[in-house]
Amino acid sequence: MTILFALLLPVVGALGVLLLRNSPNARETATLLAGVLTFSQVVRLLGMVRAGDTPALHILEVVPGVDLSFTVEPLGMVFALVAGFLWPVTSLYAIGYMRGHHEENQTRFFFFFAIAIAGAMGVAFAGNLFTLFVFYEFLTFCTVPLVTHHQTEEAKKSGRIYLGILLTTSIGLQLVAIIWTWVLAGRLDFADGGILAGTASTGVLGAILVLYVYGVGKAALMPFHRWLPAAMVAPTPVSALLHAVAVVKAGVFTVLKVAVYVFGIDLLQQLATADFLAWAAAATIILGSLVAFSKDNLKARLAYSTISQLSYIVLGAMLANEMGIIGGGMHIAMHAFGKITLFFAAGAIMVAAHEKNISGMHGLGRTMPITFGAFLIGSLSIIGLPPAGGSWSKWFLGLGTLEADQIGLLAVLMLSSLLGLYYLLEVPVKAFFFAPSEGHGHHDDDHGHHDDHGHHGGHDDGGHDPSAFVIGGLREAPLPSLIAICVTATATVGLFLWPDVFYDLMTMVVGR
Amino acid sequence: MSQNLPALLIVVPLLLAPIAALTGRWKAAWVVALGAAWWAFGCSLALLQRVRAEGVIHYSLGGWPAPTGIEYRVDLVSAFVAVIVTTIAAISVPYARTSIAQEVSEDRGALFYAAFILSMTGLLGIAITGDVFNVFVFLEISSLSAYSMIALGRDRRALTAAYQYLIMGSVGASFIVIGIGLLYVTTGTLGMEDLSHRIPEVMAQGRGSRTIAVAFTFLTVGVTLKLALFPLHLWLPNAYTYAPSAVTAFMASTSTKVSVYLLLRFFFTVFGETFSFVEMRLNMVLMPLALVAILAMSLVAIYQENVKRLLAFSSVAQIGYMILGISFGSVLGVTAGILHLFNHALMKGALFMAMGCIMYRVGSVRIDRMAGLGKQMPWTMAAFVGGGLSLIGVPLTVGFVSKWYLVQAALEQGRWFVAALVMVGSLMAVIYIWKVVEVAYFGRRDPEDSVEEAPLSLLIPTWVLVIASFWFGIDASTTAEVATAAADLLVEIVP
Repeated sequence: MTILFALLLPVVGALGVLLLRNSPNARETATLLAGVLTFSQVVRLLGMVRAGDTPALHILEVVPGVDLSFTVEPLGMVFALVAGFLWPVTSLYAIGYMRGHHEENQTRFFFFFAIAIAGAMGVAFAGNLFTLFVFYEFLTFCTVPLVTHHQTEEAKKSGRIYLGILLTTSIGLQLVAIIWTWVLAGRLDFADGGILAGTASTGVLGAILVLYVYGVGKAALMPFHRWLPAAMVAPTPVSALLHAVAVVKAGVFTVLKVAVYVFGIDLLQQLATADFLAWAAAATIILGSLVAFSKDNLKARLAYSTISQLSYIVLGAMLANEMGIIGGGMHIAMHAFGKITLFFAAGAIMVAAHEKNISGMHGLGRTMPITFGAFLIGSLSIIGLPPAGGSWSKWFLGLGTLEADQIGLLAVLMLSSLLGLYYLLEVPVKAFFFAPSEGHGHHDDDHGHHDDHGHHGGHDDGGHDPSAFVIGGLREAPLPSLIAICVTATATVGLFLWPDVFYDLMTMVVGR
Repeated sequence: MSQNLPALLIVVPLLLAPIAALTGRWKAAWVVALGAAWWAFGCSLALLQRVRAEGVIHYSLGGWPAPTGIEYRVDLVSAFVAVIVTTIAAISVPYARTSIAQEVSEDRGALFYAAFILSMTGLLGIAITGDVFNVFVFLEISSLSAYSMIALGRDRRALTAAYQYLIMGSVGASFIVIGIGLLYVTTGTLGMEDLSHRIPEVMAQGRGSRTIAVAFTFLTVGVTLKLALFPLHLWLPNAYTYAPSAVTAFMASTSTKVSVYLLLRFFFTVFGETFSFVEMRLNMVLMPLALVAILAMSLVAIYQENVKRLLAFSSVAQIGYMILGISFGSVLGVTAGILHLFNHALMKGALFMAMGCIMYRVGSVRIDRMAGLGKQMPWTMAAFVGGGLSLIGVPLTVGFVSKWYLVQAALEQGRWFVAALVMVGSLMAVIYIWKVVEVAYFGRRDPEDSVEEAPLSLLIPTWVLVIASFWFGIDASTTAEVATAAADLLVEIVP
């Protein structure tokens, strides 16, 4: 029952949003309430999983032998916890952002946002490959209206790229892999130790692995990564929760799940293509970081950083050892908290200071210290430095490369961290230590929905200007957004001190 | 009563057709057509029920047993196809009331409904008869009435489209009757079951085996022309584009499906799979043509500016999927083919009905006239998206179920390349559906050109099909079981 609640509460929330469309405050209350309730159900499930249960729910048989069913196991729990916790936080952020940024069609926005979360929950709790695929595709389709939210030519173009790449990979490669699995193994469920071992030659199984890993376009393994930067035309809360957490993590989660429960670690070690894919992931890590370097638009830089970081998880899965899997699984959570903080900050800068480009952020730290402080913490987590949660996942991933005798891959991880050090820390450094450039604050080129409400001066008490929270000499993002930023930044530090939840769950996955 | 079910399925609508014509008023004729369609729907469901419980039903017309008299022979495949035809008919007639009233002039309304009933009866007759010459008769009944229904379209190009179809359709019919004649000459019988025993005997005796091969060829060409297999599809796009909307929805969902059934019947029951696939190597012909149909016709669909025409080309591509399934010659493949008969009927019916809604309000189905319809006709466009998802083969729609079996059948035989091409076909469907969606949802409509949502009398039938295309995609166990059982009956070569 709890599974059903966790899946349906976001849908109920979405319907509530639709019903209360005439009263924005009630509408947002519905979103927040649904978010909190959904998370409470996820926490209840966490209790059961930690006690050693595997709650399951069978809906119906779609085609003979193929069921729509849900099973909660530790890996899915990691993903559900992250998405479930960050949804209400992002909703809070979105309230400040969408109003401050004078976005249109907010009801549609909150509606599809909630629906997308239902999709993410479905992915997390899917009991077999078919169910996973159903919700994977569901998530693709219900995020299209969010990506194309502004309905401009640019949004239209991005929508094409988004749908084009995600559907090409999922239908063209992943579905073939799933049906092939069904033909070979005669079952699609997730089992400890995998279901494919011994059903065909390692050559065939290796080919299927390639189909899976590239077929999960949401994991953004190059060359199937272009959809993610394209999706950045969406409002920032979408980029933050969906394109740094729910959608992309649904991708890498699928890769991990397939690696652990369809192939199994033992089989994976015998496949030559796993090595190839590990190196493909390594290439994506480096190339993603390098492209991130070249981007002056902050959201674009973060998008490429995400592409790079996602491949850490693919790499972890392809290492085919316990440490790699643990590190990969933990990185789902650690990267989520770090990256969402970064996106929140990017959106806050856009709303309060109307600045999208890093070159225009000189000296902004003086008026937005909290936002840039949070950005610093998020950056540390992505780079993998204490005191942020990201250091743990990178630690285990590093151990994984050593266990697999892949010093080269360890070097890649290190190099990527160094690159991250530069391209991420550039932002707070410029904001805090550089002198403000002239005429900044007049870059009203983003999205074009706001009129000239740029700077009203520091004497405004904040209540009258929806686009900023002004106190003293500070001009921060609207209060709800600011609270959300503080929550995720604090959580990022908190995960450094208490990573146990995710670590314990991941040890259960590898059966230690 | 229940003993005479196969006859009643045909005879009652056959009698109602002239009554509809005689009423002279379109409203009265519509009521008669509604009665005929729902009667047939009830009968065919009852038949399917009986066949599932008791197995093959033999019904001798006039009490003359099979080789002498005409026999109706209803097995699972026939009953399933009959259900497809009558389901679509039962939904099309209510839809036609509003749509046809606008698209066909009032004085021809009665004749239209008479033609509709005849067309449905002909299709049902093909599905349940056990006599090859009877097949030809019913084929002509359904085709002739179809030509006249298409010609009733408001667009004057409908006349040339109907004429084109008439010529090509008659060529196909002649080929079929020549094939039947040759069979009769060599075997001396017209009963399907009888033929299936006589043909191997004649072959074994070594006389007339060449004649049988020629008959086989004539039938193949004739039937594939009727079912619009690439490259014999040329009549279809125009016919579907310019026919009245309700006719397009009905025909696209039924007439080509019945021809595919005929293909199954001839090649698996009459000639037998061993003859068709091993000796005549039919799969060597069907598989490449099916693949070309899928790829080339999807590509052509992408470049269409008229959405009905786009969907027509998509239909030719989808027929490719059915034939591809059959060309594997395996239980899984034939299951996929039969399933797709039903599944495609649902989704294409829904899509063409959505186009009828747009035709009703906007007066055109050109893409550039659909700008901003997502806001102004939200339910119609949502129905289009729903049907489109199915066409793409998104999980939990009927399109996915078909694809699931089809790709399995390909991989089972190690034909991974064919599986890949099937997926390419689906991806091309994404492009042509998205093309319409983009205009409807991102385009801005000229305020002077603003339209209302389609009336409920059009929307409800449309949505019945949309919901059905999700329903049978979510719970496909019944349809899959029937299709598998039907395929088991047909396929004799077990690997």
